[in-house]
Amino acid sequence: MIKVEHELHQRRKGRNYGVLILLLAFAAMVLGLTVVKVQQLGDARQFESNDHVLRPALLPDETEGEGTQ
Amino acid sequence: MTDVSMQDTATREAGMGDYFALLKPRVMSLVVFTALVGLVTAPGHVHPFIAFVSILCIAVGGGASGALNMWWDADIDRIMKRTSNRPIPSGRVQPEEALAIGLALSGFSVILLGLATNFLAAALLAFTIFFYAVVYSMWLKRSTPQNIVIGGLSGALPPMIGWACVTGTVSIESVLMTALIFMWTPPHFWSLAIFVKSDYGRAGVPMLTETHGRRVTRNHIMGYMVALVPVSLAICFTQIGGPVYAVTAVVLNLWFLQACYKVWRRDEEQAEADNFAAEKRAFKVSLAYLFLHFAALMIDATLQSAGLWG
Repeated sequence: MIKVEHELHQRRKGRNYGVLILLLAFAAMVLGLTVVKVQQLGDARQFESNDHVLRPALLPDETEGEGTQ
Repeated sequence: MTDVSMQDTATREAGMGDYFALLKPRVMSLVVFTALVGLVTAPGHVHPFIAFVSILCIAVGGGASGALNMWWDADIDRIMKRTSNRPIPSGRVQPEEALAIGLALSGFSVILLGLATNFLAAALLAFTIFFYAVVYSMWLKRSTPQNIVIGGLSGALPPMIGWACVTGTVSIESVLMTALIFMWTPPHFWSLAIFVKSDYGRAGVPMLTETHGRRVTRNHIMGYMVALVPVSLAICFTQIGGPVYAVTAVVLNLWFLQACYKVWRRDEEQAEADNFAAEKRAFKVSLAYLFLHFAALMIDATLQSAGLWG
């Protein structure tokens, strides 16, 4: 009969907790990186420049340059 | 399942510590320290969290190459006494697991470093892993006694990666820091090889002490030491070499030169008479040599950022 608290189970439990901690740390790291990268953009609208959809807000102002021609 | 087989499985089941041992933590500590110095001395600013992630990626990448090395070298690790208790030869970790961990961590570390900093830093990390796992482990280690010289490049690259994380470039400063570790590796390793009784020969690994003898090894130690001096001093003339580094480099070079000279001048009879005292001393001096060089660079960078010089 297998004992519930066999050393094997202890070791596997340790491994499982280890993987859990690593995954949580990885998720926290990616979240932290995202926050830092977005903060470094200055203008948060630049974040949308990675989108493949045309964002009118990112187009240069049409009135810009008028009067210089 | 009988008690006997249960016990057998229990002793062979790997714990987190066994997987961590695959990453060669002691090698990782050198990688972390030198990469950190590369990152701190580089001109420019990097967010502390990005710096932390960068160092972590470089450490994990270095560890991943260690896991790949253990996977590839499992056959010779089993033969040599020093390595026979590693996770794979001792049966605690399966070779396939080590391969999977090595490949997965390599991919994660390179991609994450690229996203966190820039793709030059990521490419340098990928090259470091490739060089250690493929060029050194799979090719050089078993084919030439110059294996540790050329293979040493992988251990020398971390400061260049740290530098590239901040600047996105490779410059003379990062090249010299890499060259310093590269030229330091042969006298450091061969001093150890002379006084440690290894069984590389039994495992079919050509080490200079066994293929060419200790006399030739002593000559090589002195030759590489002489070549190391100008590399160390050249850093004084770059923007990262400040007053602390200049003084430290001069003192350390004289110290290490003297230690290597003693090793060079001796013959086997003299060495065995005092149980390789000079060789053991040269090895210890080599450890201090590298650590203090990089510590001095770190101190100068701190002084420079405080406006005390430069």
